[in-house]
Amino acid sequence: MTLLSTRSAPKRTLSTTALIYIALAGVLVLGAVAVAIDGGNLFATANLVDMLTRTSLTGFLAIGMTLVILCRSLDLSVGYVAALSSLVAATTMDGQVANIPTAIALVLLVSGLIGAANGAFVTLLGVNPFIATLGTGLILKGYLDTQYKGPAGDVPAVFQQFGYTRVAFIPVSTLVMLAVAAAAIWFLRSTRTGHHMYAVGGEIDVARMSGIRTKRVLVAAHVLCAMCAGVAGLLLAARFGTGSAEAYTNLYELDAIAAVVLGGTLLLGGRGGVAGTVAGVAILAVLDTVFNVMQIDPFAKDVLRGAVIITAVAIYARRQLDRTARRPRFALEGRLR
Amino acid sequence: MTRFRDLFAKATNPTGTVFILLVLILAGVFVMNPGFFEGPSLMAFLKQAAPLVILAAGQYFVIVSGNFDLSVGALVGAQVVIAARLIDGEESRTLPVILVMIAFGIAVGLVNGLITTVLKVQSFITTLGMLLVLYGAIRLWTGGAPTGSLSEAFRTAGRFGIEDVPVLGQIPWALLIMIGLGAGAVVLMRTRFGRILMASGDNERAASLSGARVDAARTTAFVLSGLSATVAGILIGGYAGVSAQVGDGLEFTVITAVVLGGVVLGGGRGSVLAAMAGALTIEALFTLFNQMALPATLRPTVQGAIIIAAVAYAARQRTRPAPATPTATATATPS
Repeated sequence: MTLLSTRSAPKRTLSTTALIYIALAGVLVLGAVAVAIDGGNLFATANLVDMLTRTSLTGFLAIGMTLVILCRSLDLSVGYVAALSSLVAATTMDGQVANIPTAIALVLLVSGLIGAANGAFVTLLGVNPFIATLGTGLILKGYLDTQYKGPAGDVPAVFQQFGYTRVAFIPVSTLVMLAVAAAAIWFLRSTRTGHHMYAVGGEIDVARMSGIRTKRVLVAAHVLCAMCAGVAGLLLAARFGTGSAEAYTNLYELDAIAAVVLGGTLLLGGRGGVAGTVAGVAILAVLDTVFNVMQIDPFAKDVLRGAVIITAVAIYARRQLDRTARRPRFALEGRLR
Repeated sequence: MTRFRDLFAKATNPTGTVFILLVLILAGVFVMNPGFFEGPSLMAFLKQAAPLVILAAGQYFVIVSGNFDLSVGALVGAQVVIAARLIDGEESRTLPVILVMIAFGIAVGLVNGLITTVLKVQSFITTLGMLLVLYGAIRLWTGGAPTGSLSEAFRTAGRFGIEDVPVLGQIPWALLIMIGLGAGAVVLMRTRFGRILMASGDNERAASLSGARVDAARTTAFVLSGLSATVAGILIGGYAGVSAQVGDGLEFTVITAVVLGGVVLGGGRGSVLAAMAGALTIEALFTLFNQMALPATLRPTVQGAIIIAAVAYAARQRTRPAPATPTATATATPS
């Protein structure tokens, strides 16, 4: 059994990821055709820039979310963390270029601490991650609503470059996102903690009995997830030129979870990866851009997006089903989400 | 002595905790405002709380069978908008439109259930997708802002009641509906269906191996949740009027309420009565915030802290090894 799974594991992950990139290519082709019939060009520079710009914000959040979901956890607080981070960044910078490094450090520290709190609630207090992070999100929401009535702080022009500059047609923020994605892929494939994340998500009891400090791994995943949300907050600050508490109203966390699941990572943990997530983010971005270019009603976008997500997961579930049918085991599927 | 210990064990298990919490919060409300327990204001409180309690009962069925329903908030909003658009102020249309809404609620629940059980999509994703679809579809249909208006007859359930009752003043229809549906839910959990539902959430495999039709039970749970959202939509629409935003974020409040009632996410544990008490507790908490003149913006913070604390407390109760006393075994099997 062990032999079987080790032998087939790399092939399996490859094929799932490959499938998602094929789906991405398919969405691109279909989108391009639809836009062409409409009399436009999906690959015009303006559209490409729009598409890539959309990937960066959800991308940061989704990369972090991948880590916690791999551990069979969840983080519903990332939208609030991002909003708080944008405020921390903007108020610390206060228009001074010299303050930028302090601001970035402070954002990472604050978001990391929130992630640590999430991790502690989940591991030490045994609170279901759904409730723990929903609770943290609510706590932050109350703080943001009470403390900040409107936009606050001032982001110096130099830092706003992070939101607007681009190399050819690729925005800098997207490049940074891809770099973070690459780092996360390396982390999951080549570090001990990364491997442990798959083990914890696969079967936490087995992982613990094999000597993995499962609590530390879970806390690490939550900290990294929240720090990714912090980076997303920095990007928000750079784009708006100020900190904004209103950012959380966009329900970024649901977008991020959708992208992760679209990217083939199992919501039950233990299987998937960041490469798939990036493709998931890209698929959502392409859809958004296509809808935008074709001037489809924004509300129709929500309908289509919901349908796409359900369809994609149904397809993955079918593949999953075929596999478990071949290799029966006493799965505890419905136990915890 | 034994009876006292029995009582203590019942009170400290996660299901009992919510009732203590409810009493404590109500006591707090009483301290702030002794007039609260006079008939009319108590009735007003219960009228306002009824939709959440009914939603909590519906969500309980889904959660106890091991799933989530994130689409209820969007469904409540959708139902209110549908009612306003179709009735459009015509009294005679009230009943047909209510039938349409019930059919719609059943349909949404059925789709949620079938996608989750037949296509094996996790309910979190299914109902998240449904949330997006409903949210978008309703705004698409109405062009952004809800149109039309409700009839007087439609608003009766959410607004009015049996008038001129001594002491109480008015007994709201909403309260009677809540009690009726709540009793129905409690009875339902004691039937064969209820046991199968509980078993499906506790151990899906064992349940299906012993011949229970797990998928059918789970799908029915989603349908019940859809129906509860329909009733809640009728009550909220009648009480608060037409707005597409009425349901926004409601799904999280409902799940919070159910979890506060000691129901375990993932299924198999908790009672429907406690889930409904959880909803009442949340509403009492909001009332307390009002009495304390707490800035409204601070509410989420307190709400968040309380649910984390309550669930952490419940988790501590579950994981702590049971003491050797025979009476303490009662704690291991929450009713």
